[in-house]
Amino acid sequence: MSDKENAYWRANIRLMLALLLVWFLVSFGCGILLLDFLNQYHLFGFKLGFWFSQQGSIFVFVALIFVYAWRMNHLDKIFGVEEEIPGEAGDLSGSAGQIDHADPTKREG
Amino acid sequence: MDAQLLTYLFVGLSFSLYIGIAIWSRSASTQEFYIAGGHVHPIANGAATAADWMSAASFLSMAGIIAFEGADGARYLMGWTGGYVLLALLLAPYLRKFAKFTVPDFVGDRYYSSTARLVAVVCVIFISFTYVAGQMRGVGVVFSRFLEVDINTGVVIGMAIVFFYAVLGGMKGITYTQVAQYCVLIFAYMVPAIYISIALTNNPFPMFGLGSELIEGGYLLEKLDGLSAELGMTAFTSGTKSTIDMFFITAALMAGTAGLPHVIVRFFTVPRVKDARISAGYALVFIALLYTTAPAVAAFARINLIEHIDGMVYQQAPEWFTKWEDSGLIAWFDKNEDGVVQYRGGNAMSPAAPAFTQGEGKFGQRAVSNAASENENELYIDRDIIVLAHPEIAQLPNWVIALVAAGGLAAALSTAAGLLLVISTAVSHDLLKKTFRPNITERQELFYARVAAAVAIGIAGLFGIYPPGFVAQVVAFAFGLAAASFFPVILLGIFSKRMNKEAAITGMITGLTFTFCYIAYFKFVSPESNNAAHWWFGISPEGIGTLGMLMNFAVSAIVMRITPPPPEHIQQLVANIRIPGIATTIVAAK
Repeated sequence: MSDKENAYWRANIRLMLALLLVWFLVSFGCGILLLDFLNQYHLFGFKLGFWFSQQGSIFVFVALIFVYAWRMNHLDKIFGVEEEIPGEAGDLSGSAGQIDHADPTKREG
Repeated sequence: MDAQLLTYLFVGLSFSLYIGIAIWSRSASTQEFYIAGGHVHPIANGAATAADWMSAASFLSMAGIIAFEGADGARYLMGWTGGYVLLALLLAPYLRKFAKFTVPDFVGDRYYSSTARLVAVVCVIFISFTYVAGQMRGVGVVFSRFLEVDINTGVVIGMAIVFFYAVLGGMKGITYTQVAQYCVLIFAYMVPAIYISIALTNNPFPMFGLGSELIEGGYLLEKLDGLSAELGMTAFTSGTKSTIDMFFITAALMAGTAGLPHVIVRFFTVPRVKDARISAGYALVFIALLYTTAPAVAAFARINLIEHIDGMVYQQAPEWFTKWEDSGLIAWFDKNEDGVVQYRGGNAMSPAAPAFTQGEGKFGQRAVSNAASENENELYIDRDIIVLAHPEIAQLPNWVIALVAAGGLAAALSTAAGLLLVISTAVSHDLLKKTFRPNITERQELFYARVAAAVAIGIAGLFGIYPPGFVAQVVAFAFGLAAASFFPVILLGIFSKRMNKEAAITGMITGLTFTFCYIAYFKFVSPESNNAAHWWFGISPEGIGTLGMLMNFAVSAIVMRITPPPPEHIQQLVANIRIPGIATTIVAAK
């Protein structure tokens, strides 16, 4: 891989690890390991630990994936490694061609 | 109109919708049959993934389990959603970049080995069949209760529908019917939940209604914990499982979810890497809508059950109560012979599941041959009926009750179709085209894919008609095995260039063998010792996949260091799948 690609990969790994840390903290941390401790606090009618394990962690999971998609698209742009847009939206001629290339028998039928 | 007629109407309408979509989206090539041509919009793929993933277990069983287990139910809520974070960050974008048809495709090509491909094919088929058996049973239960047809007829009708759109449409047909099925199932889940949330708390959002105050005053969860304590039940907001077991089960469900072939393959259907990333996000939004509502449905159902059932005179029981009793999913054991239902903590009888005799009790209830248990509880309720029965318990209008039946069928059929497609692809593509008969033409491959789908539907139907007694037992296998086999092998295949075929094969076999033996020992060989005292480190068979996964990682890490690195073109392939803008397949073709 070129230097540019290595730098892109390292930035990707850093982002991924940071997001996975949050993922671990809300689910295994707040929802399981710290459950009893957090249950002494309240959020509306919920015990806090109970809320994290039943709903809170799920809301955070959704946010994590959107943050990841948004930051990665940004990284793709800065490092100039975006996928070429295959013609108009939905047209896959580019990769269909690659599959043919990989497997010449594919289009016989 | 009565509920029966409305149910026929709703189920009939939803089925004709699915058939219409199937005709409109027939597949003409293997690429369309396997991955819907690769141009599904990310939002459509998100909805299809959600329907594919949310099975009869999510729709029918999960809220019921939470209603009875309270806080312990969190392992399913977190485990079955947290896996999408792993999928989105660690697997989906790279597998999309790899641009092939199946999970065994990735394993076979990345590890340049047909042995690895075969191990993967066997896992795919085993995991998928285990799963599909449960869906067919869900279809049978809904049909028998709401349409009052025989369970077997129900299964046959379900099979016919799936046959039509899976065999005709392949992935393309399945994708668009799944989008429709998601709409049906989420509507059917939310409408009764919203109704009941407003009735109890005046909050139109059930997920927030759970944390609100009741109309009569006091927080709902506090009231529920109080009621449960009075009746000698475990409080809703506390659990009985040990922390380590919760940790391991949740981890196994997460890694298992990320490793399930029918979910992974959905990410092959979008056009670009960036679509795969965002599509996982949409999928989780659609799933979270149901998953954050499920604990609310569970709590509402438990309150309604206690308030409507405890202290009820049996001879004045509402119609739904006796109907479910007729289906054998509710049983009343009048221990003190007062004709009044006492609903308390603990199992009403021993063994816990009722064995009905032909006779009737003093008040006309179905008699059972079980022994009475020590406690005061007189009621057996099957967990799977909570979601279906709740609208009736809460006395909602008939059209809502009919809607829930259509939703349950949508959930079961969409998952069944996704699984059957994975099975047929594994046979026609991985076994025939890639392994045993590489010279078949595309038209022949497509024909074999359709035949395999048809045969798989037949086998799945047999599982539904003659449910093997072990279906419930083996579902634990599906997640444990996916976690202990596919997840590490795919993850290392992407993130380690040093990972080679020796490490992949030994790792998969170690993880699989260990997990399989541990579950088989406690479920089949020695079921009487299946308790915390005998488990390793207090980890139940449900959570052992996590340990199997760790073993797989450990063995792979050692073996890849003492065996030769993978060939240059494979290392180049790994480098290329990491970068969205570089052509991959030219290298893969060697």
